[in-house]
Amino acid sequence: MLEKALTGDSKYWGWIGFLLLLIAVGFGAYLRQFNEGLTLTGLSRDVSWGFYIAQLTYLVGVAASGVMLVMPYYLHDHKAFGKITILGEFMAVGAITMCLLFVLVDLGQPMRMMNMIIFPTPNSVLFWDMVVLNTYMFLNIIIGWTVLQNERKGIHYQKWVKVLIYLSIPFAVSIHTVTAFLYAGLPGRHFWLTAIMAPRFLAGAFCAGPAILLLIVFFLRRFTSFDAGDKAIKSLAVIITYAMILNVFFLLLELFTAFYSQVPGHMHALIYLFAGLHGGHALVPVMWASVILAVIVLILLIPPKFRNNYNLLIPALIMLVLSTWLEKGVALVVAGFIPNPLEHVNEYAPTLNELVISVGVYAVGALIVTVLYKIAIGVKAEVGDAAH
Amino acid sequence: MYDSGKIITGLVIFVALFASPFILNVGGGAPAVPQPSLDTPAIKSMGNPVCVRENMQSNHMQVLDLWRDSVVRDSNHTAPGIDGQLYEMSLSNTCMECHSNKAEFCDRCHTYAAVDPFCWDCHIEPPKEG
Amino acid sequence: MKSDRRHFLKAAGVATIGVAAGATAAEANLLDSAKELLLGPKGAAPYPEAKKNARWAMVVDTRKLTAESMEKMIHACNHAHNIPLHPLRKKGDKYNKDEIKWIWEEEFENAFPGQMNEHLPPKVTQNEVLVLCNQCENPACVRVCPTKATFQRDDGIVIMDFHRCIGCRFCMAACPYGSRSFNFKDPRIASLEINPEFPTRMKGVVEKCNFCAEQLDKGLQPHCVEACENGELVFGDMNDPESEIRKVLRNNYTIRRKPEVGTQPQVYYIV
Repeated sequence: MLEKALTGDSKYWGWIGFLLLLIAVGFGAYLRQFNEGLTLTGLSRDVSWGFYIAQLTYLVGVAASGVMLVMPYYLHDHKAFGKITILGEFMAVGAITMCLLFVLVDLGQPMRMMNMIIFPTPNSVLFWDMVVLNTYMFLNIIIGWTVLQNERKGIHYQKWVKVLIYLSIPFAVSIHTVTAFLYAGLPGRHFWLTAIMAPRFLAGAFCAGPAILLLIVFFLRRFTSFDAGDKAIKSLAVIITYAMILNVFFLLLELFTAFYSQVPGHMHALIYLFAGLHGGHALVPVMWASVILAVIVLILLIPPKFRNNYNLLIPALIMLVLSTWLEKGVALVVAGFIPNPLEHVNEYAPTLNELVISVGVYAVGALIVTVLYKIAIGVKAEVGDAAH
Repeated sequence: MYDSGKIITGLVIFVALFASPFILNVGGGAPAVPQPSLDTPAIKSMGNPVCVRENMQSNHMQVLDLWRDSVVRDSNHTAPGIDGQLYEMSLSNTCMECHSNKAEFCDRCHTYAAVDPFCWDCHIEPPKEG
Repeated sequence: MKSDRRHFLKAAGVATIGVAAGATAAEANLLDSAKELLLGPKGAAPYPEAKKNARWAMVVDTRKLTAESMEKMIHACNHAHNIPLHPLRKKGDKYNKDEIKWIWEEEFENAFPGQMNEHLPPKVTQNEVLVLCNQCENPACVRVCPTKATFQRDDGIVIMDFHRCIGCRFCMAACPYGSRSFNFKDPRIASLEINPEFPTRMKGVVEKCNFCAEQLDKGLQPHCVEACENGELVFGDMNDPESEIRKVLRNNYTIRRKPEVGTQPQVYYIV
């Protein structure tokens, strides 16, 4: 099936070439960081995780989109998702690859990465994160590839694939949960020390991931022969709406707990995010932008009249992705470090080198998704399942 | 055969790339195995080897690895040498005390074997001497 | 000799795999035989001067701390452990992002957030105090480390194996006291006066105060304690009821940093 990725028009190859260029530039920037150390990033003694780990957090969520299709399709026999399930699975592959790459570029001693396997440490959440991320990635590669191959041959997928599909559902939940545990289990980091961290991650994931997927579906409908069908689009939009409502609701719960209890540690990071603290307010515009966008998104998504109007749905989805990205892919990780455990406020901003590396990683993910989607759509066109 | 021109060109390029290290080194001959004299004045004055019983030339990686874990993780800092005396297991403070000629003692073989251990990124080299 | 060598290689090979796989009993036996060949029949041992069955702790008597005495202790530590003084990354930076600190000064309100109240005696709140790794009995950094590069010794010291650290910085996020530093760049800078007795670190690993394990193992006191002139720091073995530190703790009211997070710090403060 791989040969389907090797034929395409000039636009396809232009896009591939553009991604390869971004990857090359990102790799060059990474070599600089590899030689000189993480001093080239904006990270510091106080804010020791930043843009890279925040992207990991966000992209783990994106990887979820798969399960929001897999579950309705395979568990509840929601036929409308039959055609796009494969897109969710392949997007998960790209997203998890980016997650792993973001961890890699964040390591101080990447050459020793295998120490995590040589000295397995079950009491470390990071160890489990590595386990579940890798497992989930392989599950999605195997499932997506096999199902597609069988579709091409015109046969039903085998029983063992079904077992893997069922297995992938708890694993999708676990990648979010375990990633949330990276933060939620740390003493002294009040902002993260909350039992609803995992539900928050799941809610964010279940709206942001499918939103990105739906945007891709609209793109494919416009520019390729692939049409997911209105029924699938509308069902997915409903799922996204409910998940986004929960996502905003959970944030409000955090605000209530912190400000009604008036426990200083719980309030500090939130005050820093929404109003600034001790002269530091780098994230105030980010947080307000996220909140305002979220409100607009809810207004556009909740009434079915707006939601079913694609001219409103598409901008709403773009704003949703932006809003959740600002919150999880920027603010959530950084604000956990501010103020620091000694209540000093030292801020963080990514450097250019850091951003170039990040763009390179995103380009790797985009390349993987492009190639896998090209194959999937090619096969669907071949068996006559592309058009609606 | 389809595309035989492309395939053959590809094969030629592949073989050329693959064989390039051998081709480039033809006639150069393999570099001689280093046989450095390891004796420093400190070692000469001792006569027989005293510290380690193993064949260190082939086994020092494992030995140093075990010593390292023993010191850092088990707080066991000393081990008896051949002469029965206790020695501190310390690269900078014991080994290099006598084997003070790092360039001969470490670097020559490591360069020959193209290995680049990171010992000296942290451990302090003995001061250079004649 | 020949069979000895083969036996060694076999043992060493198995030992490596055994360590990798988490040694089982049978493997542990082979590990021991490799160790025996490498380290002699008696095996490796601590220094004869090392105190056995100790549980180390420290008391900081903040009443006695002065700017000069703290400066001296900090310098003793920095010099002994090859801690570099990195310059600011950019002119005009508000704080030093590359900074490495093992023991340093903090305002009372920063060292003890939550224990600050408006009407404390000025001599308590106006003087700076020394802070360092608390050598927690229940350390969060050890719990989160994915490679056991940070671990706890039998004597309670929380220590780092710099050879093993992958630089993920999970421990820095986990430490409730901000006691950990990361080598954002190569610590061997021109201004570093190297103490040849102690290694430097390499870029990309985390580091922190090790309670001077290298000193304690030789039966000596930590460098900062040795640098005290008026008993500002009391260091000793908590397992020994007659030790000075136990007496000091019996006779003075002491506080610890952030007791509410349950880490059980082993650095006590008299205020």
